[in-house]
Amino acid sequence: MDSYLLIPFLPLAAFFINIIFGRTLIKDKAHWVSILAVFGSWVVSMMAVAEVLQGKTVNADLYTWITSGGFKVSVGFLIDQLTSVMLVVVTTCSTLIHIYSAGYMHGDKGYYRFFSYLSLFTFSMLMLVTANNFLQLYFGWEAVGLCSYFLIGFWYEKKSASDAGKKAFIVNRFGDFGFGIGVIMIFLTFGTLHYIPIFGAVNGMVGQTVDFLGMQVDLPTLIALLLFCGAVGKSAQIPLHVWLPDAMEGPTPVSALIHAATMVTAGVFMVARCNPIFSLSPVAMDVVAIVGAVTALFAATIGLVQNDIKRIIAYSTVSQLGYMFLACGVGAYGAGIFHLYTHAFFKALLFLCAGSVMHAMAGELDLQKMGGLKKYMPWTYLTMFVASLSIAGVPGLAGFFSKDEILWLAYSGPSPVGKLVWAIGTIVAFLTAFYSFRLIFLTFHGKFRGSHEQEHHLHESPKVMTIPLMILCVGAIASGWVGIPSLLGGGAHFTEFMKPVLGHLEGHGTHAEEWMVMAISVVAGLSGIGLAAFVYLREGDLAATVTQKFRFVHQVLWNKYYVDELYDFIIVRPTIWIAKNVIVGVTDGKIIEGIVNGVPELIGRFSLWLRSIQTGMVHQYAAVMAIGAFVVIAMVLLW
Amino acid sequence: MNTLGYPILSTLIFLPLLGAAVILLMGRSQEALVKWAALVVSIVAFVLSIPLFTDFDRTTHLMQFTERHEWIPSWNITYFLGVDGISVLFILLSTLVTILCVLISWNSIKTKIKEFYIAILIMEGAMIGVFSALDFFLFYLFWEAMLIPMYLLIGVWGGPNRIYAAIKFFLFTLVGSVLMLVGIIVLYFYAGKTFNILELMNMNYPYQMQFWLFWAFFAAFAVKVPMFPVHTWLPDAHTEAPTAGSVILAAVLIKMGAYGFLRFSIPLFPDASKAMAVPMLTLSVVAIIYGAVVCLAQSDLKRLIAYSSVSHMGFVTLGIFALNIQGLEGGILQMINHGIVTGALFLSVGIVYDRTHSRQISDYGGLATVLPVYSAFFMVFTLASIGLPGTNGFVGEFLIILGGFAASKWAGVLSATGIIIGAGYMLWLYQRVFFMETNQKIVGLQEMDMREIITLVPMVILVFWIGIYPDMFLSFMHPSVEHLLKRLNAEGQEMAVAGKIMGIIKIP
Repeated sequence: MDSYLLIPFLPLAAFFINIIFGRTLIKDKAHWVSILAVFGSWVVSMMAVAEVLQGKTVNADLYTWITSGGFKVSVGFLIDQLTSVMLVVVTTCSTLIHIYSAGYMHGDKGYYRFFSYLSLFTFSMLMLVTANNFLQLYFGWEAVGLCSYFLIGFWYEKKSASDAGKKAFIVNRFGDFGFGIGVIMIFLTFGTLHYIPIFGAVNGMVGQTVDFLGMQVDLPTLIALLLFCGAVGKSAQIPLHVWLPDAMEGPTPVSALIHAATMVTAGVFMVARCNPIFSLSPVAMDVVAIVGAVTALFAATIGLVQNDIKRIIAYSTVSQLGYMFLACGVGAYGAGIFHLYTHAFFKALLFLCAGSVMHAMAGELDLQKMGGLKKYMPWTYLTMFVASLSIAGVPGLAGFFSKDEILWLAYSGPSPVGKLVWAIGTIVAFLTAFYSFRLIFLTFHGKFRGSHEQEHHLHESPKVMTIPLMILCVGAIASGWVGIPSLLGGGAHFTEFMKPVLGHLEGHGTHAEEWMVMAISVVAGLSGIGLAAFVYLREGDLAATVTQKFRFVHQVLWNKYYVDELYDFIIVRPTIWIAKNVIVGVTDGKIIEGIVNGVPELIGRFSLWLRSIQTGMVHQYAAVMAIGAFVVIAMVLLW
Repeated sequence: MNTLGYPILSTLIFLPLLGAAVILLMGRSQEALVKWAALVVSIVAFVLSIPLFTDFDRTTHLMQFTERHEWIPSWNITYFLGVDGISVLFILLSTLVTILCVLISWNSIKTKIKEFYIAILIMEGAMIGVFSALDFFLFYLFWEAMLIPMYLLIGVWGGPNRIYAAIKFFLFTLVGSVLMLVGIIVLYFYAGKTFNILELMNMNYPYQMQFWLFWAFFAAFAVKVPMFPVHTWLPDAHTEAPTAGSVILAAVLIKMGAYGFLRFSIPLFPDASKAMAVPMLTLSVVAIIYGAVVCLAQSDLKRLIAYSSVSHMGFVTLGIFALNIQGLEGGILQMINHGIVTGALFLSVGIVYDRTHSRQISDYGGLATVLPVYSAFFMVFTLASIGLPGTNGFVGEFLIILGGFAASKWAGVLSATGIIIGAGYMLWLYQRVFFMETNQKIVGLQEMDMREIITLVPMVILVFWIGIYPDMFLSFMHPSVEHLLKRLNAEGQEMAVAGKIMGIIKIP
């Protein structure tokens, strides 16, 4: 157990070293500190995973954090099957992205700052996934949010970047509001916040109702939905998805690590961790499934028309996270976590490839100014192509296995909304393949559409960047092989491994149906790729024609369904307006201050009328008060 | 009773006063000597207060380090001092904050230097007196004695509108205090002529009397906290006061109100406190949300932080009137936290104000580029202010919301919205001051010097110490708070509003 402490605390140490000595001493060597630390925690994590594979899980407290009456919570660690998968994802992606960043951020004036934040993030994320209680989970949860805020706003001189960081933090606070109340409800229900005793006693909640703000609500449903609020914020689901696309203001390695592979999946992790609670509430499960499915579709449709390379991938992330919630909502937690795990590799890879492209294009993000890059950057092209095949669900690659498992369990599982979300999921698979390959074709194929200066500058990225791409590419291909379904002759080892924590959902259907579901999703994916090729690989302006024809639809999608504008109109502006004009202007400024300044004035006149002899204001009122005091004493004593 | 062998509390009260007297004898031109004398006195006082932390017996609710002497026998007035788990930490906070106030004023106070440090030291003695007095007469003496140096700090060394602010501060607090005085006198006669607080606390009073006296004391304490709607003196006082004045106000002075509720209102008037819990919770929630929303519309740095105090102190009173253990302990801890964090924020604002002489947010921008070290300090305090886990603010707010939620779900839920708005105004403030393009007005500012760094470092340490290992501090409070709750829920009396709801299922 003790050596496991190194997993989170090595990166924390790196943070302190870099933040204290980075500016003056370490400077452009800062990456060594952070990389060594995260690599160390990768090594220890792998040892931990090996232990878990042999069935040895750990649940131990380090020290008592807060005690107050019956409330007691520790800092402690739980390393079980679910945690070990997260450890693999977090430390592997983090290590590779640290290395990549040494190339990508080279020469930035905030170099040491970047690596300190990256280390702090890794620490926080590891605290989040290894927590053995809800309050430490909440600690990690807020701490990753903080790092996300720092890193989105890393180039803080840009107003858009500092706006985006702030927006991410505040939008997340909306979700955490519910999450925090959920945690409090859990304590009031179970008298503890530690996972193991809570999950052992959840059945006591069945059939209990509780009065919540004047409504009688089913207890498991209430708790599950409150927790889910937090997940909706952190994992950027509707209606709190608005922060993630803006988060692309941060440096690209940050988008890969935080806004694709790790932090944003924390919501899925949390729902999976709390599966004993969620499973007690069919209502909450359906909500999770529907929110996931709708978000998946919603984000995918926006992704179809965007031109900003990073934003497309960001919407793709929102969409894929929706997929994971869809899985959890139909009870297929194992499949959801499986997708989380494969997604981490291919999505981190997509972002890092986008970063490589931006590196070559001097920061250009607009797809319309790219084209034909494949001959300049073959490795970036190759790896990004593979990642896109993987996300499109082409058979044999990682994304295929996890997506197929989700769709099959949605179709065949017991969930009442299963068939519906399966249908949506299949449509999303088509859309995903289309926009992913639209991006590939517009970026790497055809003729270069940027300026001459940019064309002159095009080059493949240095090895420190391309080698992490290749390693992640192996993950994007092979990470799914641990979960090959029995239908294809595999052993579905992944879900089997997760069974002690997540249970095992059996699909009910014939082999023929299973083949059919698989075939439909493969066809959906391939036809998406085919359509993208048809539209964007041919000469001509088919895309422009279609856009013209469906102007209205294009406008709505281009403006992301106007959600940002809506929130600005109904939340941000009214709040500020009320603050300025009602509260400061009227309540505080006129009413309260009016009384405060008016009463002494009245008393003053009254005293003048009494021809009082006091001269100084203070004494005058003191005297009046003293008289009043005696009157009151008299009243009380004679009562 | 006193295990140390010397009267530590009296020493702490009179050492600063003695220091003030010595400074009084110094020449007007010996400015350096005056400053160093003030610094040495404040440091010695702090060092002498450390045994309160290390030698405090955390297993008992009884008063410790007590001292008792006859004073005015004909009126049965005694000189009676002592501390318990509720008050002890505030004395430590007072001695620490005084050092920081001396340090931060080192170069920024340029007129009437001698008088300034005398005022600060008198303030320190009076504050410690308030937190340790166990005789009502003595308590009231210290309580009013605090007003004068503060009034002078604002009125003499304050900003342009200082006279208005000082008088407003004085009047508000005086009006409240006088009503409390009435209450004290009523208690004195009712209890058979005694000012002994411990004796008074063990008596039972008829409900009618409790009711009226609760409100009389409320007047004094609510103004000090300050609770909505008697908060409007605070922004003016904070804004106009010199940095040290704002720091003492924020860190210690406004804690006296909440301390008064804990020390007097609840144990003296338990039935009235329970009966009045709902209005108190309501006022607290209003203060939390109202204070936070007002912050969104502020353009002045100090005014914004002042209003955020209204919101944060709303959390404190919410915790106290949740009347359960988590709420009360969270409330006490949050008083300490608020003292640290808001005190530190005012210290920080003072540091840039010394350089720019502007409090307008719009005069800043891009400060992170110009003053990176300063920005890091400010970020720590910002995060503590918005209650990020790992900082002290989280522990206090979490316990308060937990306690508040247990007392009333509405109170818990509504107060939690204050945390969303809190993140909004603090991060927006940080963005406008530190991020974005560098404002021409701040180009070339000097980074913090060693004196300023030393001033802020203790606060940073406390932010994380309490955030990571709060049990160290909470353990001081457990016996005293449990004792308080026993008094509140004495046999035959109905349980406090809270407590009933705790544990819907309760696993074995």
